[in-house]
Amino acid sequence: MPTPWLVLVLIALAVAGFFLGRNRALVSANGNTKDLHSLPSYYGHNVALTALVPALGLLAIWLLVQPLIIESRVSGMIPPDAISEGSTVGLVMSDVRRVAEGLDLAVEKGALTGEQARNLRSEFSDVRGRLGEVGVALGADVRPEVLRAAQAYRTMSGTGHTVMTVLVGLVALFGFGWSYGRTHKDFRARNVVEQGIMAMLILAASLAILTTIGIVLSMLFETRNFFGLHSWTDFFFGSTWAPNFRGDSELSILPLLWGTLYISLIALLVAVPIGLFAAIYLSEYANKATRAFAKPLLEILAGIPTIVYGLFALLTVGPGLVRLFGQGQGGILGLEWMSGATSVLTAGLVMGIMLIPFVSSLSDDIINAVPQAMRDGSLGLGATKSETVRQVVMPAALPGIVGAILLAASRAIGETMIVVMGAGAIAKFSLNPLESMTTITTRIVSQLTGDTDFASPETLVAFALGLTLFVLTLGLNVLALYIVRKYREQYE
Amino acid sequence: MNDMTVVEKTVETQRTKIAARNVNVYYGDSHAIKDVNVEIEDKTVTAFIGPSGCGKSTFLRCLNRMNDTIGTCRVTGDILLEGEDIYDKRVDPVQLRAQVGMVFQKPNPFPKSIYDNVAYGPRIHGLAKNKAELDEIVEKSLRRGAIWNEVKDRLHSPGTGLSGGQQQRLCIARAVATEPEVLLMDEPCSALDPIATAQVEELIDELRENYSVVIVTHSMQQAARVSQKTAFFHLGNLVEFGPTGQIFTNPEDPRTESYITGRIG
Repeated sequence: MPTPWLVLVLIALAVAGFFLGRNRALVSANGNTKDLHSLPSYYGHNVALTALVPALGLLAIWLLVQPLIIESRVSGMIPPDAISEGSTVGLVMSDVRRVAEGLDLAVEKGALTGEQARNLRSEFSDVRGRLGEVGVALGADVRPEVLRAAQAYRTMSGTGHTVMTVLVGLVALFGFGWSYGRTHKDFRARNVVEQGIMAMLILAASLAILTTIGIVLSMLFETRNFFGLHSWTDFFFGSTWAPNFRGDSELSILPLLWGTLYISLIALLVAVPIGLFAAIYLSEYANKATRAFAKPLLEILAGIPTIVYGLFALLTVGPGLVRLFGQGQGGILGLEWMSGATSVLTAGLVMGIMLIPFVSSLSDDIINAVPQAMRDGSLGLGATKSETVRQVVMPAALPGIVGAILLAASRAIGETMIVVMGAGAIAKFSLNPLESMTTITTRIVSQLTGDTDFASPETLVAFALGLTLFVLTLGLNVLALYIVRKYREQYE
Repeated sequence: MNDMTVVEKTVETQRTKIAARNVNVYYGDSHAIKDVNVEIEDKTVTAFIGPSGCGKSTFLRCLNRMNDTIGTCRVTGDILLEGEDIYDKRVDPVQLRAQVGMVFQKPNPFPKSIYDNVAYGPRIHGLAKNKAELDEIVEKSLRRGAIWNEVKDRLHSPGTGLSGGQQQRLCIARAVATEPEVLLMDEPCSALDPIATAQVEELIDELRENYSVVIVTHSMQQAARVSQKTAFFHLGNLVEFGPTGQIFTNPEDPRTESYITGRIG
């Protein structure tokens, strides 16, 4: 049975379980709902959940684990000499999977019988040609080892699938039967459903955490591979970023880190004052009508995709800056400081604009959380509005605002599209904001796009860069959360 | 309710500090205060009593134009402080609020040190020429707020760390520090326990020597204990205004009598 059908059957079983369980509870109380421990629907939910959830859980785990087991078994079947020069087990295995899929398709279309697919021998027939007839194009003739491995692959996944269907069905039926049997008017279905719901919520929360851990672990392993191929002293303390796909690259993070921090700094210099002042205006000075109109308008900025900001940097801000600071006598200031549109300043300005709503929205919430009693107290003493803001509201809101700024900073550090389009691609140390520079994120993109070989340090360096970036932003976020939380304690 | 018996207080007539004439207040379409006329005397404690929502706090907030901070609020009529209309265009509400100080229902010390809380007003109004003078003002205000002895050793610890009653006396000290002429108190004891309430009431009685005090209160006993004049508000109207003893023992209006005997509330 195909998996989607299996899921549909499970759901149907659950729906039936709901009505049957509900009915059984009602019958056990002679139709008198007051005699039931819980509302009738709880009995139904209990049966439905017990039938559905464990079975679905088993299904999910099986689908995740089965390919891993089969893969490891089948790859053992490939003799080392079948792996040609310049190839890897991984490449051969993808051939195996492709042939297996081809055989599946061929059987499905009737070009081969199941028997033929199992016994096909590449020594005696043209596998490539026959698979080509059903629309599976193979790059080269299929070698006997690969074909045998593919056939084993097919058989194993077929058996696995059957076993899975049976087991999942059994688990569902068992859950159904067990909870249906337990359904009685004195059974505390409400409490059981409550616990079931809690378990599901815990599952959701732990999945989110496990994913994070998984991401970190995968980066860690690849980073370890990288440091096996490249010296860590060059990565952390070198001074040049010069990837060279013929090998012998200099891969130092420092120039990239400098570019990242410099651009982020400029972005924050733009975003923090403007965002903060906008927040102060909106929360302290603006009347209701203005606020209702201006706040959503400002927050729309946050919804613009960063690639659009990138276009803005590329087409408007960059050429604008060139007209101001470059072009010799033709320029507005008559200077010749800028050679191209991409520069630290371009990317920083545009990123700053992107961060304005971020800063203003968070700060606005924090300023609004300062109790009105503080403002009344200050105004009642004869302070003006700006004195009140400066001396009472801001000091009270400051920790939260610092938290907001740190969150904005971690976004700036992780931002990619704007720097790809606005900052250029040259890794260097320079204090001149009118020069092109590059950041960690853009280098990750460029190292991983195109044809890549996941065994060379030039590619793996992307993971080391990613991990450093992750640690950096994680540190900032933790710091920000710590500060924000500490601030919250003051008023609650 | 035996403590309701009011000792005959000697009420020497003082000159008028604030005079309100035909004051109406609107919040949008709702008419919150209707034609109120009242004269508040200097060096006297005047209590505003009345059931919840009767407009007594609203009227109190008109006296230092705190209602200006509410966008939909509109005030008509004249309120004269020392004979000058405080709603005149030439009057700066910020300056006015320095003259007419206010203490709020919930103690609201700023999240600053005790010293900085009291020094806040003098600093923004430039009342002290140097640090020594500021120290002097702070000490004098804290003494007037009857809290000096409790905080003199920890002037630089945060004001939010004090107990509720101490916080409220700190707020009174803070209001006193700007040398106001009138002190408005909006239910200053409603968030305090009985002991703290007694301390604040004692303090209010002492403040009468220097200021004209207006207090809004829900507690009739409190009004009877601390005030010399009482105004009874009902549904936005000023029903009765007179010496406290008379209001509580011999009210003229049947509504006042109903309220103080607990029949309307």
